[in-house]
Order: sequence, then C-alpha cells, then structure tokens
Amino acid sequence: MTITPHRGGFIIIASFVLALILTILPLPEWARPFRPAWHSLVLIYWCIATPQRVGVGIGWFLGLMIDVITNTLLGQHALELAITAFITTKLHRRLRVFPVWQQAIGVFLLLMLEEVLSIIVMGAIHRPTPALSYWAPPFIGMLLWPLVFIILRSLRQRFKVI
Amino acid sequence: MAAAVLASLLMMVVDHRENHLEIVRSALSIIVAPLHQIASLPTSSGEWLSDSFRSRQHLLNDNKQLREDNLKLKGQQQKFKALEAENMRLRDLLDSSFKIGDQILIAELIAIDLDPYKQQVIINRGGNSGVFEGQAVLDADAVLGQVIHVDPFSATVLMITDPSHALPVEVNRNGLRTIAMGTGRTNELELPHLPNNADIQAGDLLITSGLGGHFPPGYPVAVVTQVINSPGQPFARILAKPSANLKRTHEVLLVRALASPTQGPPPTPAMEQATP
Repeated sequence: MTITPHRGGFIIIASFVLALILTILPLPEWARPFRPAWHSLVLIYWCIATPQRVGVGIGWFLGLMIDVITNTLLGQHALELAITAFITTKLHRRLRVFPVWQQAIGVFLLLMLEEVLSIIVMGAIHRPTPALSYWAPPFIGMLLWPLVFIILRSLRQRFKVI
Repeated sequence: MAAAVLASLLMMVVDHRENHLEIVRSALSIIVAPLHQIASLPTSSGEWLSDSFRSRQHLLNDNKQLREDNLKLKGQQQKFKALEAENMRLRDLLDSSFKIGDQILIAELIAIDLDPYKQQVIINRGGNSGVFEGQAVLDADAVLGQVIHVDPFSATVLMITDPSHALPVEVNRNGLRTIAMGTGRTNELELPHLPNNADIQAGDLLITSGLGGHFPPGYPVAVVTQVINSPGQPFARILAKPSANLKRTHEVLLVRALASPTQGPPPTPAMEQATP
C-alpha cells in the first residue's frame, strides 16, 4: 500500500460484498454446480485496475471469507485467491492492454488454476472426485468476464476509484 | 505472497486435523452472518408474498387437509401413549435405564447455497436456543443429519448423505446392526460393511440404532433399495434411499435424547466418523 490518497474504497468493498452474496444466493438444484466464481472475477478486475490497493492480502482475506461463508476447509479459497491475486497483479500491465476477449482467455486460465488447486485440496482431504460439471464454472466465468469488466469499469470511472 | 500461501496451507492442515480453528471460524462468521440473511431474502420474501396473497379457497383447503391429518395423528397418538406406558412398565421390570421421550426444538433452514460438493445446510437456531454440536436433526419423515458447528444464532447441519458422514443403523425387521455411509448423492446411502450372506433385502427399513451415542435410537433413516451380491467380493453392495426429503426440506426438528441408552461418554464426531 502506498501513501497516496485513495478514493472510492466503498465501491471496492461493495462489489466484494455483492460477489459474496451472489456466491451463496440459492439456485435451483440443477444449476448449483454451474455457479460462476463471482468473487474471483471481481478480485481479478480490481487487481488489474487498482493493483496498488487490491493484492495478495485482500485476495487472501476474501478467500477466507468465502471459506467461512460457504463452510469449506478454512484456507482453501484463501490459497486460491491469494495465488490468483498474485499472478494478476504481476501481469496487470499486460492484461490491461489486451482487448476484452483476450482478457477473458486469461481469466479462464486463472479460474481453471483455481479449480485445479481446489481439486488437489479436495483430494488431499479425501473428498470424492466431483462430477464433470465441476469444470464448467471457468467456462461460464470466461463468458461473464466482459459483462463484469464493463460494469466494474463504468463504476470505477463514475466514482473515480484510484 | 509466500506468507499468504504458507498461512493458507497451515490453516488447512490445522482445520482438517484438529478443531482449533473453530474460534476463528466463529469470529469470522459473525461478520458474514448478515450476508447469509441478505442472500436468503429473495426466497424468504417470495414465501412471505405467496403466503400473503394466497386465495381464500386455497387456505380453506389447506386448513381442511391439516385438520384431517391432525385427527389421524391424534388417533395414532392415543395408541402410542398406551404402548409407551406399557413399554416403560416392562422396562422398569427389567431395571433398564432406557427412557422413551425426546425433547424437540423446531428450526427453519436458511435458504442459501453452501459449497455444492458438501452436503450441508444452515438452520436458524443456534447456541442461544440450546443447540449443541452433534445434535441429531430430523425432518417430518426421518433422520436428516447432525449439527457440526454452532454459532449463537445459527448452526450448520451435515446431512447423512455427505461422504464424510456415517450413521449407526439397524434393520427394523431383525435388528441387524451396521453403518450407513453417505455417498455424496442426495438420494443414496451405502451400507458397505455387510457380508454377502447378511439377512437384508430390498424394502427393509433402516432405523437409528443409537450406538454412536449421537442419534437417539429408533428413528427411521432409509429404505434399502438394492442388494447386490457378487460372489467374488467379500462384502455385499447395499444401497438405501434416505426417507427424509433431503432436497426440499423447510423445517427441521432438533432432537435431544432425555437419557442416553449407551454406557460411558459419547464418542467424538471424528471417532464416530472414522470407525466403521
């Protein structure tokens, strides 16, 4: 964190809270495995847009919140999101200049990495291997990325989040 | 970065092996509890709306149906009272410490989705209402699961179909005891420890045996659907369908046995889950 004054922190927090709510919002039974990782999408956006504010620490804490709110193993999502935040902040200059569809591919790879980490953790604690639909959320996340990107960018410009 | 990764790995190991992180989880869950409420708002307000704008005819029909059900249940209850008294008399003659009668607390599910690969639900009663860890949870038909985590105003329930859950059961027909393991599918339990020549058949009702010390004995659990005997295998493959409505439950009953029929201290959940 730098000493330069920050603005619009409430927008960042509000978007994270909204993402957390979307993560536990009840869905019909058949749709549950397909729920996109809203929290990852929002985190990736803020890591690209404001890497000086949102980074590994915030990602780790957000992951911890996800672990508590969905009652998974404490630290599982924290690990995934910390790594996601780390990679995204490292590459944010490159990702910023990509067109949105190209960013979506990068986002897809990041989401896939999270799923792989998650399945490794699930394997380590002897959970059964999930069905094939387990791999669907990264694809849905990739398709949703342009939407998330445009909404959050317009919010950022309107509230001048630095 | 390295610190975050190390911290996460350490937390995962500690959380999985010991229960020391319950304090951290409880503290953080105070922050996220309002989010649970907000996320369940669409469902609860939808229910409120449909309750408020229901037609008179519908309500009358409901009322009639409930009256009939109530009459039937009361009729059955009369017989049950007499049987209970007789049972207690006979048990007194045998000097048995067994007592019939459980305390029941009604709770509602909070309509939110947790991790789709774990079968858990959150209920709206917690430590303040006397809910405790390991308490048995039923729905109107059968056993649903057990409480695994208690917060002041809510509690987490692990369903019997979760792959990490095992439940001591017995066959109602002949008292054959075994363990019912969750499979991760909401409509299936597995009985992995019965030999090929065990006296069990499709259609048998499984009830709780009360042996683990967590679940009071005598509540229905599941109905055996399939018994597959393969001569090459030492154990039969037996599947059962839970009688509880695990997908569409709204209200649940939390049971507390008045006197435990088992001797000695009840085992910890970890022990109960680990020992087949």
